[in-house]
Amino acid sequence: MPTFVYMTRCDGCGHCVDICPSDIMHIDPTLRRAYNIEPNMCWECYSCVKACPHNAIDVRGYADFAPLGHSVRVIRDEEKGVIAWRIKSRNGETDMNLLAPITTKPWGKHIPKLADAPEPSQEMRDSQLLYSEPKYIRMDDGDIHTLGSNGLKMKAGVAY
Amino acid sequence: MPKTIVEDNIDILVAGAGLGGTGAAFEARYWGKDKNIVIAEKANIDRSGAVAQGLYAINCYMGTRFGENNPEDHVRYARIDLMGMVREDLLFDMARHVDSSVHQFEEWGLPIMRDPKSGTYMREGRWQIMIHGESYKPIVAEAAKKSADKVFNRICVTHLLMDDGKENRVAGAVGFNVRTGDYHVFKSKAVIVGAGGASNIFRPRSVGEGAGRVWYAPWSSGSAYGLMIEAGAKMTQMENRIVLARFKDGYGPVGAYFLHLKTYTQNCNGEEYESKWFPDLQKIVGKEYLDPEVSHLTHRPIPTCLRNHALISEVNAGRGPIHMVTMEAFQDPHLEEIGWHNFLGMTVGQAVLWAATDVNPKYENPELTTSEPYVMGSHATGSGAWCSGPEDLSPPEYFWGYNRMTTVEGLFGAGDAVGGTPHAFSSGSFTEGRLAAKAACRYIDDGKAEGIRVSQEQIDRRKEEIFKPMEHYKVYRNEIVAGSVSPNYINPRQGLDRLQKLMDEYAGGVMVNYMTNDKLLNIGLKKLKLLEEDLEKVAAENIHELLRAWELKHRHLASESVVQHTLFRKETRWPGYYYRGDAMKLDDENWHVLTVSRRDPKTGEYTMEKAPCYHIVDEDE
Repeated sequence: MPTFVYMTRCDGCGHCVDICPSDIMHIDPTLRRAYNIEPNMCWECYSCVKACPHNAIDVRGYADFAPLGHSVRVIRDEEKGVIAWRIKSRNGETDMNLLAPITTKPWGKHIPKLADAPEPSQEMRDSQLLYSEPKYIRMDDGDIHTLGSNGLKMKAGVAY
Repeated sequence: MPKTIVEDNIDILVAGAGLGGTGAAFEARYWGKDKNIVIAEKANIDRSGAVAQGLYAINCYMGTRFGENNPEDHVRYARIDLMGMVREDLLFDMARHVDSSVHQFEEWGLPIMRDPKSGTYMREGRWQIMIHGESYKPIVAEAAKKSADKVFNRICVTHLLMDDGKENRVAGAVGFNVRTGDYHVFKSKAVIVGAGGASNIFRPRSVGEGAGRVWYAPWSSGSAYGLMIEAGAKMTQMENRIVLARFKDGYGPVGAYFLHLKTYTQNCNGEEYESKWFPDLQKIVGKEYLDPEVSHLTHRPIPTCLRNHALISEVNAGRGPIHMVTMEAFQDPHLEEIGWHNFLGMTVGQAVLWAATDVNPKYENPELTTSEPYVMGSHATGSGAWCSGPEDLSPPEYFWGYNRMTTVEGLFGAGDAVGGTPHAFSSGSFTEGRLAAKAACRYIDDGKAEGIRVSQEQIDRRKEEIFKPMEHYKVYRNEIVAGSVSPNYINPRQGLDRLQKLMDEYAGGVMVNYMTNDKLLNIGLKKLKLLEEDLEKVAAENIHELLRAWELKHRHLASESVVQHTLFRKETRWPGYYYRGDAMKLDDENWHVLTVSRRDPKTGEYTMEKAPCYHIVDEDE
């Protein structure tokens, strides 16, 4: 569904412009509010809808196959770590509220800063291991898989 | 002329930060504590790439931790699904590392569903685990940002910079800021291309606004291929385009429906149709690739392209539409909720479409269709650059020193950029980025990037080239009163329309039922050359159109490669993805090989070669 912006709710803050992966949310120079400049390059990804602090952005199904009169609204809350959806069908028979978690941890707190991680040894550099391996491959003391460890070899030609 | 901003002394430049690029930036810091790591991203790294919208599943997870699969099991799966045409060294390598990425995602806060009884991750299928992945991309972006020295958002990278001192060695990249219009030069010792595969090179089924609801993101402009082909990197398996069987119009995902909700398909009369096409199909591909009995007994999957073939054939026989039978599963309120969550987590547009058309899958079975073709290397097909594998796995033909390095020195790839590694998906792409980053650090530490020289001439030449569409517009716009019709230029949309039409009609798109032959492909090549000439006259009214102009040029380069490869492989290897009408059989005697191409950057001429296909087998075999 290409996005559109409600005139009375948008204050031109530009959050949608900043986040749109397709570079299609722009500020109208006369009205100082955002709008979708290229609906046929809109993936309906809802990135702008979720980013709008005023719930000013909504979506209307693609005109070439979606009839009018439906609604899929969303509120994404990073602090609570949840996203809430409401789907309403054209005939009103479907009206669903759906809630899902978006993270299990406080935002960004549990992502390591690898600049502070201990320097890898030369042995590790020469091995096939990546950061946090082999531990994180199986979360035990097992080592990385190789052709030898798994009793395999590479063979040219046809195999199925 | 626009301002020039030079970023010098970069060690590792990540060009495009989707899942592959974020993995690369994250890991590079560990192996290169002293390295200057810079990201250039076309959009905003928090919501860029194919996972911008989120995902409801991680489609590549071994589960060796839970005793579920070994890497070689995944290799065999990808091999049969791709009718044998894969790089098994790269696949095995990705598969043996991928779980360590996923376990870190969980630790970072990505909600992975668990089976309440066993405590293992909730499986959707043998390789897929279910997640609440709305914030998958912002979470991995956070990891990349913590590792990188600088992140340049809104930089459209248009070209790689090449070393003026040594032939065939990369030296960075150039591009422009899609907001300010500034010209950006990144001088770097190594470049990891994490840019995307190609949507929108074949005419989409949609006819208007819905052109944006392509299956793969509309911002996946084939830049991974455009950048690397232009630099003279060898490419592989570019003919291996993918066609998706998905919910009609919205292209909503079917994986969870088939695997988890246990829905199934039937024709308009409510009949099972797949199996009746298999005997004829067996005559095309041989019993080795399609043996329903063996598949039934051993759980070996029927290749996706062959199931597409059955769907396409059934519709052509007049028994469409094909329906997904949801009415049984959706009676269970829990499964019904999962069905909707599945869309909201990764294809919201499908939920909007069902709301708009009053589709309630509890009371009606929604329609399925096959999509227009896409070209990519991370989902279920393996188009991309011909890359070196790791030293402990790769046979000599697949190894030239650094894991995931292309045939251009210092140029690495991840995700869609790497050829021969299908079924990597999000987690595998991230993992490939990590592998490329470690190798790129080693490349620099080995002194391979010493003495790189970038001439001012190269920098100035690229600048002129990049902004030419805007100059061109300025020169010729006032020749006409108003409107978009000029005798001296086309705009990016007009160029894209032409590209899509010719690819569709000559290279096996939807309009021709995925059919092509050598005659059609040769005409297609001629038309692509003419389009290339006209792309010298593409006009951009503003910086946004300049972005579209360069996306179009990347798509054009990718398309030409697709047609060259399709012409080279004289067989029908993947019925259901495309058909060579002049060679309607799979031909293992001549074509059990990987196709490898190189476009000469100076002349634009293509050379094609066959590379051997190695398979992983038991030691005693």
